[in-house]
Amino acid sequence: MTSLLKRKRARVDALAESAGTSLAADAVKRMLRSPVALLGAFLVLLFLVLAIVAPFIAPKDPYQRYPELLAELRPDFIPGAQPGFLLGGDELGRDFFSRLLVGAQQSLVVGVGATLIGLVLGMIIGGLAGAFGGWVDSWLMRFTDIMLSIPSLLLAISIAALASRGSQTTVIIAVAVTTVPIFARLLRGAMLAQRHSDHVLAATALGVRRRTVVFRHMLPNSLGPVIVQATLTLATAIIEAASLSFLGLGDPDPSRAEWGLMLGNSQRYIDVKPELAFYPAVAIIIVALGFTLLGESLREALDPKNRR
Amino acid sequence: MTAAVEPAATAAPVGDALVSVEGLKIHFPIKRGLLVDRTVGHVYAVDGVDLRINRGETYGLVGESGCGKSTLGRGMLRLVEPTDGRVLFDGTDLVGLKGEELRRMRRRMQMVFQDPMSSLDPRQSVESLLVEGLRAHGLDKGREATGKRLRELLSAVGLPSTSLRKYPHEFSGGQRQRIGIARALAVEPDLIIADEPVSALDVSVQAQVVNLLEDLQDEFGLTYLVIAHDLAVVRHISDRVGVMYLGGLVEEATSDDLYAEPLHPYTRALLSAIPVPDPEVEDRRERILLTGDLPSPANPPKGCRFHTRCPWKQATRCDTERPELREVLPGHKVACHWAEDIRAGRIRPHEVEAVLVEEDGVSPDMPLVGPASVSEVLNP
Amino acid sequence: MALLEVRDLRVVFQRRGTEPFTAVDGVSFDVDPGQTVGLVGESGCGKSVTSLAIMGLLPSRGNKVSGQVRFEGTDLLTLSDKDMRDRRGRDLGMVFQDPLSSLNPVIPIGLQVTEVLERHRGMSRKAAMVEAADLLGRVGIPDPQRRLSEYPHQLSGGMRQRALIAIALACRPRLLIADEPTTALDVTIQAQILALLKELVRDTGTALIMITHDLGVVAGLCDEVNVLYGGRVVEKAARYPLFADPRHPYTHGLLASIPRLDGARGEKLVPIKGSVADNIPWDHGCAFAPRCPNALPVCREVTPELEAGDVRSLRCHNPVLPGTPAAQEVPA
Repeated sequence: MTSLLKRKRARVDALAESAGTSLAADAVKRMLRSPVALLGAFLVLLFLVLAIVAPFIAPKDPYQRYPELLAELRPDFIPGAQPGFLLGGDELGRDFFSRLLVGAQQSLVVGVGATLIGLVLGMIIGGLAGAFGGWVDSWLMRFTDIMLSIPSLLLAISIAALASRGSQTTVIIAVAVTTVPIFARLLRGAMLAQRHSDHVLAATALGVRRRTVVFRHMLPNSLGPVIVQATLTLATAIIEAASLSFLGLGDPDPSRAEWGLMLGNSQRYIDVKPELAFYPAVAIIIVALGFTLLGESLREALDPKNRR
Repeated sequence: MTAAVEPAATAAPVGDALVSVEGLKIHFPIKRGLLVDRTVGHVYAVDGVDLRINRGETYGLVGESGCGKSTLGRGMLRLVEPTDGRVLFDGTDLVGLKGEELRRMRRRMQMVFQDPMSSLDPRQSVESLLVEGLRAHGLDKGREATGKRLRELLSAVGLPSTSLRKYPHEFSGGQRQRIGIARALAVEPDLIIADEPVSALDVSVQAQVVNLLEDLQDEFGLTYLVIAHDLAVVRHISDRVGVMYLGGLVEEATSDDLYAEPLHPYTRALLSAIPVPDPEVEDRRERILLTGDLPSPANPPKGCRFHTRCPWKQATRCDTERPELREVLPGHKVACHWAEDIRAGRIRPHEVEAVLVEEDGVSPDMPLVGPASVSEVLNP
Repeated sequence: MALLEVRDLRVVFQRRGTEPFTAVDGVSFDVDPGQTVGLVGESGCGKSVTSLAIMGLLPSRGNKVSGQVRFEGTDLLTLSDKDMRDRRGRDLGMVFQDPLSSLNPVIPIGLQVTEVLERHRGMSRKAAMVEAADLLGRVGIPDPQRRLSEYPHQLSGGMRQRALIAIALACRPRLLIADEPTTALDVTIQAQILALLKELVRDTGTALIMITHDLGVVAGLCDEVNVLYGGRVVEKAARYPLFADPRHPYTHGLLASIPRLDGARGEKLVPIKGSVADNIPWDHGCAFAPRCPNALPVCREVTPELEAGDVRSLRCHNPVLPGTPAAQEVPA
């Protein structure tokens, strides 16, 4: 009740200005005020920049085995930090720091790739179900139920088996497929709610064409939760891809610098050099945290109840 | 404002029907089932309604929640599909129309909604909300003309032209309802169906909107169907009033007649229940308190729908034979077997034992949505 | 001594990142045993916040409540949370607007009633069950025995509100606060509930604070009426003089703007111009001034005080003259 009057007052102030504020502009404004959102955005941005510039700023070739490091490499010793090698070497005598940097790129490709595929497929299914309803909806939703019931791990194993060998693409597809039903159901639910909302009814009553109603009113008003879910899915996709790699279902090429794979390979050397496990793990956690914070604050900013 | 509206304004002989509804039925199937939906029953939201609305008049439709008044309004606009019956709009049966024909017809009949916030797309500016209708019907003739038209519309509903670039959330409730009305007016309709146009607004603002609707009617020669639960508002704004109970019309008369001499027992109870802001009247008047609740529209009582709560219920006919809406006094129709006897005082009211009504959670005003998944069916 | 004396009650909302907002601004009123006092106003006038403050139901975080709420001489605002919990239900009962969300959806009605009886009146489960059935019967729920084992969603709106009243009455509170108890209900059901409340006040001598926006409800029920605007009482009077002769331009305007069922038809309603958004702060003027047809220049400069007269208290520099039929038509 309190903020009601306040909001009204704010609304009057807003009326005095010449142009209005759209919901999106309003959400951005609120995002900029939230410290959590800023932290999330900072972490995500850092990750994105790193991923893009990694090959150029990496001090050494991440795939090269350096004699300096190989010379000291023993079964019970992996060289630590030394001039030119910020974090020392890994179990094969490559520059650990450079591999970590380049790993950001790999994680980004997997995360974004999986999420994008999941998002597009999910939105097509959910959009169709939401726009048409009826039996289209029933059948598509039963289909997603089936997809949902298959564990991602099993799916990844099956896909890897079908493809005769694991690869990065296998991981991306396996993770993407598990996100499809999430996006589909989210969009379908939001669109169905929109379908029966007064403003869609009003547009129909106005004689607006069905296609226009769907694309102009139903879809834009249903996207909020989907966008939020996409940022959250990016975080889980990176973790899932890492865990699939860790289990050896990803690309079998050991030279590839990917955080999950690095984590997986490091387990044998955990006594020798725990940093090999520690840094990739921290990197994964920070990136996931960044996307999660961003997603959560986006959810809050898009929630009309929080507007003031 | 335009040529399209003028015929209604100028040539409006009394009794010239713009809309007539004949035997309209709207039944919503109740679906249950795990994998395949099975229809287990129907919600009889609107169950056989006849009414006509003359050009230039305001017809008020009152009733309590669950009586099907909103569904009737939406069914008349084909926003929900009628199960049976006809809706003749200016001679054309809307029920038979398909796709593009229906869409083009929609220009002539518009709707104003109860909740001005939810009925305006929050992502559209006022300008695009208003232009949308124009565009849909090819009335969008050049930038200049459209701009002029939008400013006209806004001034007709009493909003400053600076509103065009703003968004719905930047307005107060009353102003939003004005935007909703402007949107309806944009396409130059003949008929406006207003579903609870003021009930979501603050009391001090309601009168502004009621007056606006009246002014617009005079200016543009509009025909209104005003749907509301507040009989005081309906009586104020309407020429004729229909009272609905559980999917059917039980009484229809001019506003004055209905108030002066309600014939149906339900109308009497309804009128007596409405509080009047005057202590003298309140202390003096006698209330007819109905016992029990509205029966479920999925399982309406046999015979007269009101007999389970009627203080005038008789031993015969009431529970077996559904009364027809018939003209008892000139221009005053009522659906009650004993209307004349009640009017003459030959039948007196008596105590009514309240009948238990089981809530089944089905509202006739709410279209039913299928479950999202199997798990949703299993764990409702 | 009055049963409840509210003195200079003030509630300030202080939320992070927002300006402090005074929702209730120095409200005072008395309630005698067996009396029905109305708090009337539109959304945002502070009527519901007042009731929550009296009940001690405002979360302490973000809300500053000051003033006094003396119940039989004890200031409720100074009580500890535990003492206040004991008071609620035992001395003070409350009925809310939305009966469905005020009842616990997963607990049968009967248990929700007996819970209160066991807690506050120390009854055994068995005795409480008998009493609960009796209570439900008294508030007009048919077949109360069977209803005890039913869940809130199985009852209709009117029946739920009755159940809620039964729970509020379970401990025979001496003060019942009803916050828009009939707003969510249909008129015929509203009439039933209002008749029930009237009967309860008459039979049990419970005092009732009725919070509503509906002047019609007030006219039939309340002995004394407080009209609130922008968090302050602007007019206070017994219902007869208030409705016969509303003096504050806001009260007067409200009465002129609602269509009356028994009024002459064809007359134009006289709306109050603008909306609550137009209010100015009370500290330098009258909040209602921008919407007021009677406003004088002084109304925007000097805060009007609530001045007590013989029949009414009034907060206005330029009240409506007695006998003015309806406010002049004001350009919107």
